[in-house]
Amino acid sequence: MSVITGLGVVAPNGVDTKEFWAATLSGRSGITELDRFDTSGYPARLAGLVNDIDPAQHVPARLKPQTDVSTQLALIAAQSALEDADVDTAAMTDYQMSVVTANASGGFEFTHREFRKLWSQGPERVSVYESFAWFYAVNTGQISIRHGMRGPSCAFVAEQAGGLDALGHARRTIRDGVALVVSGGVDSALDPWGWISHLSSGRVSLDPDPTTAYRPFDTRATGYLPGEGGAICVLEDAAAARARGARVYGELAGYAATFDPAPDAGRPPALRRAAERALADAGIGPAEVDVVFADAAGVPELDRSEAEMLRGMFGVRGVPVTAPKALTGRLFSGGGALDVVAALLSIQEGVIPPTFGTGSVPDEYGIDLVLGKPRRTSVQNALVLARGRGGFNAAIVIRAFRS
Amino acid sequence: MGVRAPQALNTAAFWDLLSAGRTATRRTSFFDPSPYRSQVAAEADFDAVAEGLSPRQIRRMDRATQFAVACARDAVADSGISLDTMPPDRIGVSLGSAVAAATSLEQEYLVLSDSGRRWVMSPDHLSPHMFDYLVPSIMPAEVAWTVGAEGPVAMVSDGCTSGLDSVAHAAALICEGSADVMIAGASDTPITPIVVACFDAIKATTSHNDDPARASRPFDGTRDGFVLAEGAAMFVLEELTAAQRRGARAYAEIGGFASRCNAFHMTGLKADGREMAEAIRAALDQARLDPTEVDYVNAHGSGTRQNDRHETAAFKRSLGEHAYRIPVSSIKSMVGHSLGAIGSVEIAASLLAIENQVVPPTANLDVADPECDLDYVPKDARDHRTDTVLTVGSGFGGFQSAMVLTRPRPVAV
Repeated sequence: MSVITGLGVVAPNGVDTKEFWAATLSGRSGITELDRFDTSGYPARLAGLVNDIDPAQHVPARLKPQTDVSTQLALIAAQSALEDADVDTAAMTDYQMSVVTANASGGFEFTHREFRKLWSQGPERVSVYESFAWFYAVNTGQISIRHGMRGPSCAFVAEQAGGLDALGHARRTIRDGVALVVSGGVDSALDPWGWISHLSSGRVSLDPDPTTAYRPFDTRATGYLPGEGGAICVLEDAAAARARGARVYGELAGYAATFDPAPDAGRPPALRRAAERALADAGIGPAEVDVVFADAAGVPELDRSEAEMLRGMFGVRGVPVTAPKALTGRLFSGGGALDVVAALLSIQEGVIPPTFGTGSVPDEYGIDLVLGKPRRTSVQNALVLARGRGGFNAAIVIRAFRS
Repeated sequence: MGVRAPQALNTAAFWDLLSAGRTATRRTSFFDPSPYRSQVAAEADFDAVAEGLSPRQIRRMDRATQFAVACARDAVADSGISLDTMPPDRIGVSLGSAVAAATSLEQEYLVLSDSGRRWVMSPDHLSPHMFDYLVPSIMPAEVAWTVGAEGPVAMVSDGCTSGLDSVAHAAALICEGSADVMIAGASDTPITPIVVACFDAIKATTSHNDDPARASRPFDGTRDGFVLAEGAAMFVLEELTAAQRRGARAYAEIGGFASRCNAFHMTGLKADGREMAEAIRAALDQARLDPTEVDYVNAHGSGTRQNDRHETAAFKRSLGEHAYRIPVSSIKSMVGHSLGAIGSVEIAASLLAIENQVVPPTANLDVADPECDLDYVPKDARDHRTDTVLTVGSGFGGFQSAMVLTRPRPVAV
């Protein structure tokens, strides 16, 4: 059994777990005007920004020049998660600790600067760090080096679904005999090139009002907002965690991933199948799910399709649904991981955070979207959903831990 | 299997090249390499139109995706499997890539930045596909659409071990019951200025520009870095009994796999080879094999000094005296180093070595580095009983992977 014993958060609305959770319950948003460069020429200017800290000041000086902001954020989150887990990694066997992260865009701002040097100043100006500051495995590699973790480690890319895939694989890694896995996702691509690349998805909201631009499942939903940050968790084998007297947030009880039929196949998407398999993997039925953390694309046709799937699986308004990501924007590999953190805290505190920003949900969606204020209720099982562009679906079941 | 390798656009051509000990390295032709330190590459003369890709597919797919799709089609055809008759949710994809859409990123960068003049870019010439180059998980999605997969679809991006790790991931998904068939492999097409420049910066690539055909010299005393390459290989993976039931010819069984990290340095390797040795030992344990049962080692053999010594130490550490008795060769001497793809390209070479009972050579090996004192099969392929192959990879980030491939057991009647 895999349990989560440490949480590390770097979100636009909170750079530690406590702050993030308080913001998530009170509605403090991390959505703000992107001001890191002149954005006056762009049709959209709102994003979820981690502005409360200067990430470079929170990593060892040696790592500063060789890492992108996304990797600095990942290193901060991993460090917080390990501190939170209160685990003495030095006392553990190096091969018994692994790192599994998801990544969507690599060290993008860093690599943008190197592209610029190459083409404006010449190849000899390209950084000696470019070869490894850019690639998608950078966060896994840097975390493993910093914390002396030598067990089987890897990195996945699946757009917004990747964070759940990483956590699902972390559980697999524990089943294969590793004692502790540092896992999750963190992304950032909010330099000028990253920003217009986001815009090219065609799904970014052009609404200039930060309180309404990203309102998933709303009648007037106009798209999503990109953000930066994410979360890293410490997963442990339950017996190992118990043996060292660790505090347990919850169990990663089920996971599944599916892929949609090809765009021209004319068959329904496969998110429901992912959710059903994750529940089966956890050994529970839909009736036992107390809350769903939705993918919540904010794009009307994707919202409709997710609502239909929830209605089909749980019945009309059959389960509370929420999307705290309305306060952070979509964080790509960080999104699923941050939702898992929110699910664990929901279980801990018996409260479901609302979907701030969303006002009215179309009746025909038939979902019980938690709106306006937190809802107090016992949460034993939480289902977390994520979809990645192209057809990726992932689902995780988080269960209250009974020792 | 399906293979697109430099000067080898199908499996037969690939084996011809390897078994003849021919090299596919040449002066870089995709752009003028004269401003760069390393001017040699192993390029594939890949023709997307001849591969049957439509103009729309060619427009939207990065070159690496095109390679992957072409290999996936070949692999499915070669396997004889009828995917149409299977439930699509039991078919999955696992694709490895290290630098993914690097070629398209650089092309779009030049347009959007006015050849590097602008930091803040105008959205005027923005490609509708730019997002899919920023976030390259569209690559396995394209493969999934090609083969009709609706089960688990993954992109494994572990730098230069991606091609071993992605195939191992596919095998794990079959073993745990998440899929019946996996289309797995890896693709990278990194021969583009930014990638050349970033390896120039750390002198990881060769400067043997005066002799391109002999530029990749793993284990030789004169080697000075790897030759950047492109390539792809994809496979159809099935549970052995399911394959036997449908009368399929199996190239090999994946007997064992393990990976470790060195937690040492993003690009540096410790001379003792400790973590790679541990991965090898764990992979052999999983395959329930003694080191003495390994017939051939398909080495990472990149041709950097630190790799060749690190790896040689790892083989001795894990295989003991047996390391001196068996052939160890590097096909990178012929097809270069295609980063994340090469692990899968080397699996393809290992499967063909098993099929042909021939060990491919290490080309360009005249006088070995004195610290590299194993049997590296210099220059000429060798007839050799090859039933159990160990193939390894080592990459930036500290990743060390080892896979054991064995000749399939006879069909149980």
